Amino acid sequence: MCGIVGLLVKKPGLRASLGALMVPMLTGMTERGPDSAGLAVYTTPVADRFAKLSLYSGQHAVEWSALLGRISEAFAGEHEIATHGNQAVLTTSADPDAVVGWLKSHVAALAVLSVGQSIDLYKDVGAPADIARRYEFEALAGSHLVAHTRMATESAVTPAHAHPFTAGRDFCLVHNGSLSNPHLVRKHLEPLGIEFETDNDTEAACRFFEWRLREGDDLRQAVARGFRELDGFYTFLMGTQNEMLIVRDAFACKPAVVAETDDYVAIASEFRSLAHLPDIGHATLFEPKPEEIYSWQI
Amino acid sequence: MANMNSAAERPATERPAAERSSPVERQGAQPREFDLSRDALRQLNLFLHKDAVRDGVGQVRVHNPDGAHSIACGLNAELDVQIHGHVGYYVAGMNQHASVTVHGNAGPGAAENMMSGRVHVKGFASTAAGASAHGGLLIIDGDASLRCGISLKGADIVVGGSVGSFSAFMAQAGRMVVCGDAEDALGDSLYEAVIYVRGKVRSLGADARYEPMTDADRAALKGLLTAAGRVEDPADFKRVASAKSLYHWHADADQEY
Repeated sequence: MCGIVGLLVKKPGLRASLGALMVPMLTGMTERGPDSAGLAVYTTPVADRFAKLSLYSGQHAVEWSALLGRISEAFAGEHEIATHGNQAVLTTSADPDAVVGWLKSHVAALAVLSVGQSIDLYKDVGAPADIARRYEFEALAGSHLVAHTRMATESAVTPAHAHPFTAGRDFCLVHNGSLSNPHLVRKHLEPLGIEFETDNDTEAACRFFEWRLREGDDLRQAVARGFRELDGFYTFLMGTQNEMLIVRDAFACKPAVVAETDDYVAIASEFRSLAHLPDIGHATLFEPKPEEIYSWQI
Repeated sequence: MANMNSAAERPATERPAAERSSPVERQGAQPREFDLSRDALRQLNLFLHKDAVRDGVGQVRVHNPDGAHSIACGLNAELDVQIHGHVGYYVAGMNQHASVTVHGNAGPGAAENMMSGRVHVKGFASTAAGASAHGGLLIIDGDASLRCGISLKGADIVVGGSVGSFSAFMAQAGRMVVCGDAEDALGDSLYEAVIYVRGKVRSLGADARYEPMTDADRAALKGLLTAAGRVEDPADFKRVASAKSLYHWHADADQEY
């Protein structure tokens, strides 16, 4: 079992309160996912010549300012770091792929959680409320976010197995359910040069969709192709720089409720995570139908 | 168990009028209010199971349910529970005798395994509404999601809107009325339950078939619609029942596995 949470605000004036609106949604899904939590928030994109990397050091103490110094020595250009304990967002004008490669070989303790121009990613093991406090989720600002609370059923409880999963740039996915053919999907993708970081089933779906996006599909086309390629139970919630999308498997085995008003689109596994939202009494409420794709642009 | 069985065997329309009238009309006790933004869910359910029965409180109103699970589960008395808002999983599950009304939407498993009484969801219901229900009447004014009435064992279900795929799957006894449409595999592997459907059916399940409506069907359907407060014309409905080709093993059939 897991909980999914999505929130997209339609009015720029609400972007500053995105995190505050979301935190009760996330903690409301604690019973569905008490072991880990995480979220991807889509902020105002950095300028074209920059990229953002969300970094995670887990239990290891990393001197972020020293790390920034080493990055500045290794790469020409501008670099900045914003830190939140064991998580940091590095903004750099260097080639992000080169920076990721350098980090992997020089700072083995560090995980790169996301790469893009808009996405910031946080995930860790622990109770959702603790994680929300740890990373000050209440203060997050942005146009939309995708979040998850995890109760592990098919692979280990580690920060790397927590959701959201990311692949490529500014793409993330969270999942409630379990896939029955992740190894087959992986066997199709690995010969194409696509590398996996975990044995988690959701990572297979995430890398499958991102591969389709790179091959020229739009997100809806990629998801429709997934109906044929991905077998199992799922409610998938995804984010890109300008879109939030939800889809459920053909049997709608895993729940989801959408609430939409003039101000926001809010999604959760259950209504109890939406009940506190402003003007919820006048929201349009519905459950996504099986194999129907619902998406919203910012 | 004798009471449960006799209730299940008798269609709702044939029950004595006294059994169908609101308990409040007979008892006239002051309604009791619960506000789940303040009161614990367990406090409410304990009250419904014990105090309300002991003190003869007929009506209980619940405010701010905010999607909580298992509200008014396992009731076993002629209570009238009015829930004002949306509820989560298993509302009125295992209900006996009580009348539970949800002025909002219901999460998965509404009235699951109901034995008798009446559950009325005024909004939409999520998956597996009325699953395995043995008796009583479940009314859903809006749509019901997938697997509505799965393994139905004798209850009546009236859905004002449409039902999702695999509804009435392996339904053994009881009746399901669908005023709107049905998605895939309606009535798959039906036993003795009967479905009356008014709108389009995307597909029937294995061993389900359309059958002619008889006068008895129209009369039974009229009774169910009336009991659910609906005005649809029985003449607009089709009957779906089991072709019974899955009832027996065909030793000489060309079985392939």
